[in-house]
Order: sequence, then C-alpha cells, then structure tokens
Amino acid sequence: MTPDMNQSIPQDTAGDSPVTQSQADAVKLKARNVKVFYGEKQALFDVNLDIKANEVTSLIGPSGCGKSTFLRSLNRMNDTIDICRVEGEISLDGQDIYDKNIDVVHLRARVGMVFQKPNPFPKSIFDNVAYGPRIHGLTNSNSELEGIVQTALEKAGLWNEVKDRLDQPGTGLSGGQQQRLCIARAVAVSPEVILMDEPCSALDPIATAKIEELIDELRENFTIVIVTHSMQQAARVSQRTAFFHLGYLVEEDDTEKMFTNPTDERTQGYITGRFG
Amino acid sequence: MSFPVLFGVLALLTIFGYYLGRSRALKTAGGQVRNLHSLPNYYGYYIGLWCAAPGFLLLVGWMALENTIMDSMLIANLPDSMSSLPAAELSLLLNDVKNLANGDIVSREVIDLDLKDAAAFYGQLLTTSKMLLTAILVAVTCGGILVARGRIAPDLRARNSVEKAAMAIMIICSTIAVLTTLGIILSLLFESLRFFQMVHPLDFVFGLEWSPQTALRKDQVGATGLFGAVPLLAGTMLISLIAMCVAAPVGLMAAIYMSEYAPTKVRGTVKPLLEILAGIPTVVYGFFAALTVAPFFRGLGLDFGLTISSESALAAGIVMGIMIIPFVSSLSDDVMSAVPQSLREGSYGLGATKSETIKQVILPAALPGIVGSILLGVSRAIGETMIVVMAAGLAANLTANPFEAVTTVTVQIVTLLVGDQEFDSAKTLAAFALGLILFCVTLVLNIIALTIVNKYREQYD
Ligand SMILES: Nc1ncnc2c1ncn2[C@@H]1O[C@H](COP(=O)(O)OP(=O)(O)O)[C@@H](O)[C@H]1O
Ligand SMILES: [Mg+2]
Repeated sequence: MTPDMNQSIPQDTAGDSPVTQSQADAVKLKARNVKVFYGEKQALFDVNLDIKANEVTSLIGPSGCGKSTFLRSLNRMNDTIDICRVEGEISLDGQDIYDKNIDVVHLRARVGMVFQKPNPFPKSIFDNVAYGPRIHGLTNSNSELEGIVQTALEKAGLWNEVKDRLDQPGTGLSGGQQQRLCIARAVAVSPEVILMDEPCSALDPIATAKIEELIDELRENFTIVIVTHSMQQAARVSQRTAFFHLGYLVEEDDTEKMFTNPTDERTQGYITGRFG
Repeated sequence: MSFPVLFGVLALLTIFGYYLGRSRALKTAGGQVRNLHSLPNYYGYYIGLWCAAPGFLLLVGWMALENTIMDSMLIANLPDSMSSLPAAELSLLLNDVKNLANGDIVSREVIDLDLKDAAAFYGQLLTTSKMLLTAILVAVTCGGILVARGRIAPDLRARNSVEKAAMAIMIICSTIAVLTTLGIILSLLFESLRFFQMVHPLDFVFGLEWSPQTALRKDQVGATGLFGAVPLLAGTMLISLIAMCVAAPVGLMAAIYMSEYAPTKVRGTVKPLLEILAGIPTVVYGFFAALTVAPFFRGLGLDFGLTISSESALAAGIVMGIMIIPFVSSLSDDVMSAVPQSLREGSYGLGATKSETIKQVILPAALPGIVGSILLGVSRAIGETMIVVMAAGLAANLTANPFEAVTTVTVQIVTLLVGDQEFDSAKTLAAFALGLILFCVTLVLNIIALTIVNKYREQYD
C-alpha cells in the first residue's frame, strides 16, 4: 500500500459540487469522512460519497478494496462484526444513522440488503417473503399479507414462476430464483434503499440478465446501491459509479463518464483491465 | 517362547522387512526414485506386509486353537477311568492337570500317579507346541520376506498392493466391530429367551410388581419372584423426565447464549468449562446427589410440610439433569453455530432484532439438530446407573410422585447380577431381559435422533 500516493488525490466531495447543490433534496445517503477499522486494520479511509434517490449507484474496484465494507456500513450491518468500528458520518435523509438515538432495527427496515450468495431462510417461499412484514407488524390480516407477498414477488419478477408452489421451501428454487426471492423478501418490507452486494456473482448469465432487468425496474421505487465485480454490469445497470481502490474512494461520477473518460489514472487502469 | 515374545519377534522381522524392501527397491531402480512405479516406502510396506500378515494370522490362529487341540490330545491320553467322567468333572480334572504341570496349587488332595503322568504329558505337549510354533513362525515370515523380495522390481505396483491390503485391514476391523455388536445382541436375545421360558413375556412387560427373589426352599414365603418390569420402566421414565426438565431448558438456553450472544472470549472459556461437566465421573455426581442434594430437598420438604424421602426420584433426576446439560448445550451450540452467518445477516438485513432472528430463523433451522441433541441426552438419562443407585434407591415403587424412592432398569440389572448367582435362575436371566428392553429403547431413540440429525445435515451441504 502506498497511502501517501492515495492521500495526494483530492477527494472530489460531491456535496460541494454545483450539480448536487441544485438537487440537494434528492440525496438519499450521504457519507462524510467515513473510516472503517477491523480491529487495528483500517479498511476504509475518509470516504465521501453522495447517493441519490431513485438512482442505481454501483461500487466497483478490485477485491478487498472495501466495497462490501462501505456497503455494509450504510445499514450498520458492520455492527454484527465484533471487531469492526466505523468513524465519520453517514446520514439517511439528513439523519445521522450512527446517532445513539437511532434504532438499528428501524434503519435496516428502511435500508434493505441483498447478499452475494442467495440466502433464503429454510422456510416456505411464502414465509420467506412474509418474514419482514410479519416482524414489523405491517399487516392486520392474512389477506393483506398475501397481497404484500404477491406484490413483492411480482416486483421481483418471480410471481409467475412460484405462484403455484408458495408453500414449498425457498431453498428448493434455482440459484437465480433464490436471489430474486431474496430481492422480493427485501422489497416486501418497503425499504427506501436496497443495498446489493455482488448479487449476481453466484448466478449464470441468464439469471444475471433477469436480475439486471429487475434492478432497472426497481429503480423507479427504490434507491439502489450495488457492488459489482463486472464492469459491464455496472455500465448496464447504474447511473452513477464509484471506484474504490485500497480502501480509498478514488473517483465517483456519472457511469457514462466513468467508463468513457475517467479522470484518475487508476480508474482508467482498472476499467481497461490493467489490474483488478 | 511365549506369545508376547513371539509377537515381538514378528514385529522386529516386519521392521527388518520394511528396510529391506526400501533398499532393495532403490537398488533395482539404480538409486533413482523416479524409475520406480511407487515411492520406496511402499516397497518397504510391501515386504513388511508379506511378513506381518501371515505371521500374525499364524499367531492368532494358534492362540485360538492351541487349548482345544491340546485338551483333546490330553483326554485321549488319559486312562479310561478318567476320560469317561462327566463333562463338568472332566474339566475340573483337566484344570488340575494343567495346574500341576505349571506348579500351581491343585484342588484335590490325593495326587495319584495317573494325574502326575497326565501332567508330565501336558508339560511336554506345551513345550512341543511352543517350539513348533516358533519354527513355523520363522519359516512363514522368512518365506514371506523372501517371496516378496523376489518380486520387487521397478515396475511392481507396490502402492496399489499396499493400498489394497490397507483396505482389507480396515474392512476386517469394521467387521470385528459389527460382529461384536451382533454377538452382544444375540447373547442378549438368547438369554432373554431362556428367561421368557420361565416368566411369560406378557407378565414381564406388563407386570406391575417387581420382586425378583428366588426361593431357597420350596415352602418359603414369597417363593416365586415377581418379574413385572412396569415399575422399573416407570421409574426410569420418571427420573429421565425430571432430568430432561432440567437439562433441556438449561442446556438450550446456555447453547443460545454461547452461539448467539457470548463474545468470542467468553465463549472460548465458558464452553470448555461446560464441557468439563461432561467429564466428571458419574459416581461423583452420585455422591453429590446422595449427600448434598437429597438432604437439601428433604429439608426443604420439611419446611413446606411435605415428606420427601431421603432417597428420591427428584434428587436423582435433578443431578442427572445437571450431568446431561453439557451434552445438550454443546451439541445444540454446534448446530446453531453451523447455521450459516448469511441467514443471520439476511434476517438482520430485513430489520429483525436479534431475538426475532434467533426465534424465527436460527432455532427453526437448527431444530432437527436440537431435537437430536435432546434425544441423545434422553438416551444418556435412560442408561445412567450410578446416580440412581446412590440417590434414588432400590425400591421398585410404582409411583409418579417424584418425592418417593424409585428404581430404574439399569439399577435393577446391577443388583440382579452383583454377588454370587446361579447363572440359570430366573433372577439372573431377568437382567438380560431388562437389558434387552433397555437396548431396544435406546436403539429406537438413537435411530430417531440420528435420522433427524442427518436430515438436518443435508440442508446446507
Ligand atoms: N470481518 C472482517 N474482519 C477483518 N477484516 C475484514 C473483515 N471483512 C473485511 N475485512 C478486510 O477489509 C478489507 C476490505 O474488505 P471488503 O470490504 O470485503 O472488500 P471487497 O468487498 O471490496 O472485496 C479487506 O482487506 C478485508 O481483508
Ligand atoms: Mg465483497
């Protein structure tokens, strides 16, 4: 690692740029000087990033550069790791999510998450999707719950495939179906933001295409942050792209600009496949 | 030479064969390992096996057959007046002959000439036998070494042969284990059948009274024993139930704490400490139960106006429950920790709290394993003897009152067999029948537990 080299890069904090000032209300998540430590080891250095509502923001970068770490700090999933410590400020709609008064359970209901490996609960398909609405007491009646489950499965493009076998175990679905089930499960809670950590890395190309299509549709109702290893995927699904390297946020811009005309040499190197 | 010495000789020859094989193989390959089909070690094992296998079989076979053969030769050599004795007396006589030959104490006072002759003959047999064995052993092992040495060549597939031999040895070992189990089951079955000829199986399984004395005289009071197993089964169930009422909740809570709440450091110390509980000999639990817990409950009972006998199902059950806690907690902890972290995060990611996650995701996912661990705990409880002997007494009361003394199947087996017994009385044979019942119950429990645990295992692989 050569931190001195990294530190010399001016961090173009989007909060000061004219674009975001004019649409300040559209900024959903705002990260300021975020540092994350695993024990003694620092995994993220002073990350500043604005994530706008109803956009897909993709986080790219070589393995181990801290993409997942950053993503998981957005819904405080890092709290579940004993040795992990987060410094700096992250706010959701202007409210500091690391504030003492914030109930992490509420936060996670607002900022949902989809993981790298599909992780359906060993329950029926219906119960998987109904899990969130049930624990949050979102419904008063069974028919209401059935409605929520159906809507969520429809939004995840899975309804037609599973409507006849809602009582069968979710673990019996194919990998791609399982991942869409997990997306439906997240959607059922009606979050505002959905975080996705390499959601397609365990899937075949056809299942991947379906999920990408789905992400594009979900953008209408949700703010989406997606970590991806595939630059094609980032180019296809996202409007904004942020490039991480060795724990630093190197560059962040409109996806089109990032892939055609990146400012930083390291971004260029990564995108053209010189390292990664 | 005696058998231990012969085994030593065999071991030495085998080691010699090993080094011989290695060096021979290297030599035939011109010192180049890569010219050999297998690594040099395997040629060593090859000769070693050729030496050890026949030698070992010879020694074991000889040990098994020597006595029978020598006995029959001895009997053939005895004068008619002796060899025509009934079987029981004949075997006593043979014993005396052998003792005399070995210079040990002999049970009969008159030592006639015939007996001395027989002893001398026996001593001679013994020497011949050992000499013959030594000669054959040396011949067989050296022959084996020579044959194998002759076969060693660079393209000999020594590794394949050695691996085949290793597999054969493993198959033999597992066969021994299986056969032993079978043998035990069969002997249980046959002795039980003998018992059921004296006591009707229905009387045994459904009889309500247990008093297994057998008459010394025909006209004695209570001359016929009563062999109703129900009080024993009821006692076993009562104590196991009390034990599981302690072990299941405590063990499960401990497991939940350790796998879900405890920081790694705490878990690292608490878990081994809990497992130490499993290492305490049950006899120690036994006096803990008899000397501390039982008097405590009796005192407590007095305060509340209850009569709790000083030997009670309650004391035994509670202490047994404490003994079983680590079995339940350790196994449940393992299955809960085996629930993938991704499921936890999936649940947290939907805004579930820790307790919701545990109740709705972890426990259902781990349930089969937890049930399995509890069933294994139950079979421990059913099989436990020492604590019950010491704390619950021997009285075969048919009662559901935990404050009274009860007894269990295992305890009765012990009391039936302790002391000098005729081997064919109903009293002794009853122990086998009880053992059979116990075996069936624990077998069924174990099968259920293992099936459940296996079903669980399939879920994440
Ligand atoms: N649970 C953890 N404990 C310790 N170090 C971790 C943990 N998770 C991630 N790290 C470290 O943090 C750095 C960033 O990891 P991560 O965010 O997973 O990278 P990415 O998702 O970009 O591949 C890596 O160096 C990794 O070793
Ligand atoms: Mg990652």
